[in-house]
Amino acid sequence: MKTRFAKLWQTARKYPTIMMSVVIISVLLGIAFYAMISIPFSEAALLWRGAENIWEDTPRLAAPIWFNAFRSEKLSETVNLTREDALITEEAVSATIRKETWVYEYDFPYATFPQEMKAFFTVSADDKNPLVKFTWVKPDGTTYQLGSMTASDGSRYGISADATVSREQFNNQPLQVELYRDPSSTTEEPAVLNGTYQFIAEVYHFTDSSEIEIQFVSFGEVYGIAGTDHLRRDLRIGLLWGTPFALMFGLLGAVGSTSITFLIAAIGSWYGGWLDAAIQRICEVRLQLPTLPILIMLGTFYSRSIFLILGVVIALDIFSSGIKTYRAMFMQVKNLPYIEAARAYGASNMRIIVRYMIPKVAPVLIPNFVTLIPTFVFLEASLALLNLGDPTAPTWGKILNDAYHAGALYRGYYYWVLEPALLLIFTGLAFSMLGFALDRILNPRLRRI
Amino acid sequence: MTTQATSTLLRTENLRLYFRTTQGVVQAVDDVSFTMPRRDALAVIGESGCGKTSLVRAILRLLPSNVHTYSGNVFLNDIDVMKLSEERFRTNVRWTKMSLVAQAAMNALNPVLRVGEQVAEPLIVHQRLSKQAALAQAAEVFQLVGVSPDFLGRYAFELSGGMRQRAIIAMALITRPDLIVLDEPTSALDMLTQANIMNVLKGIKRDLEQSFIFITHDVSTTSELSDRGMVMYAGQIVELASAEQFYLDPLHPYSAKLMASIPTLKEKKELEFIPGQPPSLLNPPTGCRFADRCDRRFDKCDTEPPLQQLADGRWIRCWLYNK
Repeated sequence: MKTRFAKLWQTARKYPTIMMSVVIISVLLGIAFYAMISIPFSEAALLWRGAENIWEDTPRLAAPIWFNAFRSEKLSETVNLTREDALITEEAVSATIRKETWVYEYDFPYATFPQEMKAFFTVSADDKNPLVKFTWVKPDGTTYQLGSMTASDGSRYGISADATVSREQFNNQPLQVELYRDPSSTTEEPAVLNGTYQFIAEVYHFTDSSEIEIQFVSFGEVYGIAGTDHLRRDLRIGLLWGTPFALMFGLLGAVGSTSITFLIAAIGSWYGGWLDAAIQRICEVRLQLPTLPILIMLGTFYSRSIFLILGVVIALDIFSSGIKTYRAMFMQVKNLPYIEAARAYGASNMRIIVRYMIPKVAPVLIPNFVTLIPTFVFLEASLALLNLGDPTAPTWGKILNDAYHAGALYRGYYYWVLEPALLLIFTGLAFSMLGFALDRILNPRLRRI
Repeated sequence: MTTQATSTLLRTENLRLYFRTTQGVVQAVDDVSFTMPRRDALAVIGESGCGKTSLVRAILRLLPSNVHTYSGNVFLNDIDVMKLSEERFRTNVRWTKMSLVAQAAMNALNPVLRVGEQVAEPLIVHQRLSKQAALAQAAEVFQLVGVSPDFLGRYAFELSGGMRQRAIIAMALITRPDLIVLDEPTSALDMLTQANIMNVLKGIKRDLEQSFIFITHDVSTTSELSDRGMVMYAGQIVELASAEQFYLDPLHPYSAKLMASIPTLKEKKELEFIPGQPPSLLNPPTGCRFADRCDRRFDKCDTEPPLQQLADGRWIRCWLYNK
């Protein structure tokens, strides 16, 4: 057995396509395992559902951060600052009032304005919530007095959305532009003033036990290695977890349907008679049934669970045209002398099927099912695109579906479509290349000397 | 027809096997009755297409799907195996009582199994032995047929023709059945390998308790091995005699012609052949089936002769010897 694999490996090494597909498949497997280990499914599902304001500190529809590598005018990145980044000073104002000053200082070397700016508060106070006053300092030293508010736990201050500030100080211009604008540029053609900005929050505590955490976010136009979607979700989660789903759907679908089809075809052709006839008739009826409408009906009226869909896809695929092909092969094998010899020495029917007929034809099957894997991966994506994807499962198809409904291509969010599409293409390419190469190795009719 | 019940190994009565084809019904085995004692070696001789292999199929119940008629009785150790269910027949008769060295024996080995596993298969199937135990026995029978046990781990395609043939014979021997049927065991082999295989078979026949049926169209190779000879023609037995009677003095005109067609070294003689072809088994002639090719034909040959026993013990189907 060891030597057979060693031999197969020796042959495989001569095919560059095999080596390429092995690399791609290993990477995909690596991603799948990384996803499953680093983010447990329950957490991934929660993140993907986007419940309880999980995604409030990420920008909406931000491109991946590596976009900047290809641009001379860098898009604004997201600045997300918490206590560790703040310079905090405390002083007593009176016997009861305590003043805490949070100074967030950050560099802003980008060419475009951010989407918006927000401050989030976590407060623990007994009866009187602290009062917070905000100040904005531009790199050139210009200081703007922003609004003030009583910060309760979980509240936020929309810095760029403060209409009062905009009206009174900036002539109703959007604050995310005005607060970053180079004073030498016009409001019609604003330019970003690069340099070190300061966001200062002065907190007045009215009780001793009163405490506050302030998070400052300047929402950029790029975020993370995969970007975000219209619900501010990091696409990384969907792309990472889409990998195990795609591989599972592809492998289980292809292996499950092909091996069962194979076994049924073997049984049918071995026993013959009414059993074979029944299998052939079922297969013929099934071939007239359209797969997609059945799946659409199922998804619309019953359930969209990915496992149910997978099960039905396998069940429908069992009695497919494969049965006809394999039957033809088995009919040839069935009458070989060694099978008759096996019958003569009293091997049982199942023994003949499993030990004599299937191993003879199996080498032809292996490339077949490898090339079938992408079909199932694509099928899952197609179903998701048709709104039949499992809404709880983050899959590549679901990302494409979201992108489609949000008009991603029309609105120019190419990354949103290209990322899952490229992963799908690479998956398809890898398994197809492997399948075709294996076909040339294992199929005697294509074997070269 | 029964002689001594206890010494009889195999007895067939009115065995018929007809096949359905697109042209009609082929009467491949037509009313064959014969008895075989224990420790006997019977050579079944005849031209191609005279029903020899079909007789094997009928006895071993290896029926193709187009069977039209399968009737008569086959008694093995006085048990009518025709009455057993398919499953009982499989577990109790195949390879436990009777084994077969099939005609295309060269191709009778599974290409994806190692030869040892293949030869050991009957033991695993029938005696439910572990693989190790079965392989150990396979090594023994390999030695019996003169193949080194080193070859147990090889695949069929790594073996020469003679080696494969011996592996197949080893497989037939491994369960020590009462009867081994060899269907043209040497037909696809060269002369030297044939001689080698015949020597192996002779050795087995000398040392073991089994009975053998050799199916052959090659009379000379089996002459040394067989105790009795049985000539088939057009699906019927035409002569059944002891080896001395048969090889030295064949009575039936067809047997005589058959023997005359064999070249010998010692005497110089013109080799004979039989003009014409055996009759089509689709629609056999009503009278003697050999009549059309027989040079001793006479009026009576238009009616079918019965198979009958002569005073010297041989059975014959010919009006010339009708008492």
